[in-house]
Amino acid sequence: METLTIAGKTLALDADGNLANRNDWNEEIARELAAQEGIPELTPQHWAVINFMRSVFEKEGDAPSIRRLTKESGVDTKTLYQLFPKGPAKRAARIAGLPKPKGCI
Amino acid sequence: MRNILILGGGTAGTIMANKLAAALDDKEWRITIVDGTEEHYYQPGFLFVPFGIYRMRDLVKPRRQYLPGNVRFIPSGIDIIDPGTKTVKLTNGTPLKYDYLIIATGANIHPEQTEGLLDEEWGRSKFDFYTPQGAERLSQFLKGWQGGRLVLSITEMPIKCPVAPLEFLFLADEYFTRRGMRDKVELHLITPLSGAFTKPTSSRVLGEFLERKGIRVTPDFDLGRVDSKEKKIVAWDDTEVNYDVLVSIPTNMGDAAIARSGLGNDLNFVATHRETLMAEGLEDVFVIGDATNLPTSKAGSVAHFESEILFQNFLEHIDGRPPIAHFDGHSNCFIESGFDKGMLIDFNYDTEPLPGEFPLPGVGPFTLLGESRVNHYGKLMFRWVYWNLLLRGMELPIEAEMSMAGKRV
Ligand SMILES: Cc1cc2nc3c(=O)[nH]c(=O)nc-3n(C[C@H](O)[C@H](O)[C@H](O)COP(=O)(O)OP(=O)(O)OC[C@H]3O[C@@H](n4cnc5c(N)ncnc54)[C@H](O)[C@@H]3O)c2cc1C
Repeated sequence: METLTIAGKTLALDADGNLANRNDWNEEIARELAAQEGIPELTPQHWAVINFMRSVFEKEGDAPSIRRLTKESGVDTKTLYQLFPKGPAKRAARIAGLPKPKGCI
Repeated sequence: MRNILILGGGTAGTIMANKLAAALDDKEWRITIVDGTEEHYYQPGFLFVPFGIYRMRDLVKPRRQYLPGNVRFIPSGIDIIDPGTKTVKLTNGTPLKYDYLIIATGANIHPEQTEGLLDEEWGRSKFDFYTPQGAERLSQFLKGWQGGRLVLSITEMPIKCPVAPLEFLFLADEYFTRRGMRDKVELHLITPLSGAFTKPTSSRVLGEFLERKGIRVTPDFDLGRVDSKEKKIVAWDDTEVNYDVLVSIPTNMGDAAIARSGLGNDLNFVATHRETLMAEGLEDVFVIGDATNLPTSKAGSVAHFESEILFQNFLEHIDGRPPIAHFDGHSNCFIESGFDKGMLIDFNYDTEPLPGEFPLPGVGPFTLLGESRVNHYGKLMFRWVYWNLLLRGMELPIEAEMSMAGKRV
């Protein structure tokens, strides 16, 4: 299994490179994951999206789609793509310490 | 008398009506099925219409003809479902009481969900093939087309029959080759997925197929808007792709009646228990087919497998026992790959499509995730199977539960 070392802590990753264990997550790790995704700084808007994703996951066991993010997180789609370039749903989920959204087949 | 109400008389609703009518005593049970239209279309056939292989009139039959005589058919729109009072209100105002409800209202395309997609160019330079009208207009257009860049754009997932866009491109490759103009046509697939298909193995195999046929793929493209004047599609991150003709798979959504009733998610799909097929949080309500929110393909084959599970659980449920059958997400799709060949994929919630033989290991006759002539005949045979066996709720020689036999891991 792949691992990731952040601030002296070694964390297990799943097959998609997301945290294998959601409880390993904290804000410092989020900042580190964001940096890896090419996002140097997490603004309050970033945090609003991340926290919204975590709360939906907590309740429903899957991260929300972009459509739902736009409707319910208060951030419009265009802005979402500026905050998390190239696939906000996938990227924000990773930074939020959640598995990749299932995205149906 | 106890009342069973089935909403939607398409693939799934028709199968359930047939199965239940055959099993239940009509002195004790009344089965009613409601659908807004009288014509039943064989949707998998739409794929072939743009290329003149089928005509639309080859694909349509009266719904009643496929429903048993003791089932009451009401041709009417469905307005609102009220699980609290166990009533469904029809658009003509009639309230229908039920004891047990089966939701089978399917999914449809919604081009209006994307900025700039549905305008005066819709049906001229921008088409769909997921509706009878769309497929026919595209057929007319392709007949006279002189060539250029054909872009097939998948707006967002999930979509009905997720292999249909790939099949469209394989058939387009053959169509333009046969007309001696393949060198004048660029074929380009634009998808929000990270590859040609959803799961790793099949994505790789199908990706190689597309490449061999000279079909370009642009993955990870989240469509933001369409610009009809400049003939380009624009992603949310401002990436652009130009087209001469756009074949669009618009957003697929469950029916508006689901939204009106407050029973759907953001795409109007109904929260369904992935194993029992009962609606989450509702009493005496089952969901089947494209209307569910389940993470498996929206396909006729899936509706068929689900019908066997739902049927068993329904019979337990009406006698007050807990559900016994568990759906595993089984899906089985023929993929038409052009030049009289086809592929077959077979998978479920947990097992991705794998190469091998089907249904018998080492024998087949069908090849999994590989091309063969037999697979192509399987696909063409499916129309006959659909009308004569599948809709009538007959047993097919494939188990509802997926088997690993013949699959190579
Ligand atoms: C182009 C294309 C190719 C496909 N190819 C394949 C394939 O190769 N293999 C395969 O297995 N599947 C394929 N499919 C998918 C397959 O057709 C569907 O998955 C299947 O028909 C789903 O059945 P269903 O009963 O859930 O929905 P449907 O058959 O669509 O039935 C839903 C019914 O509900 C009715 N309804 C909905 N809302 C209302 C309302 N408010 N009031 C009244 N009536 C209402 C509709 O009129 C409709 O008749 C394809 C689909 C398309 C579009």
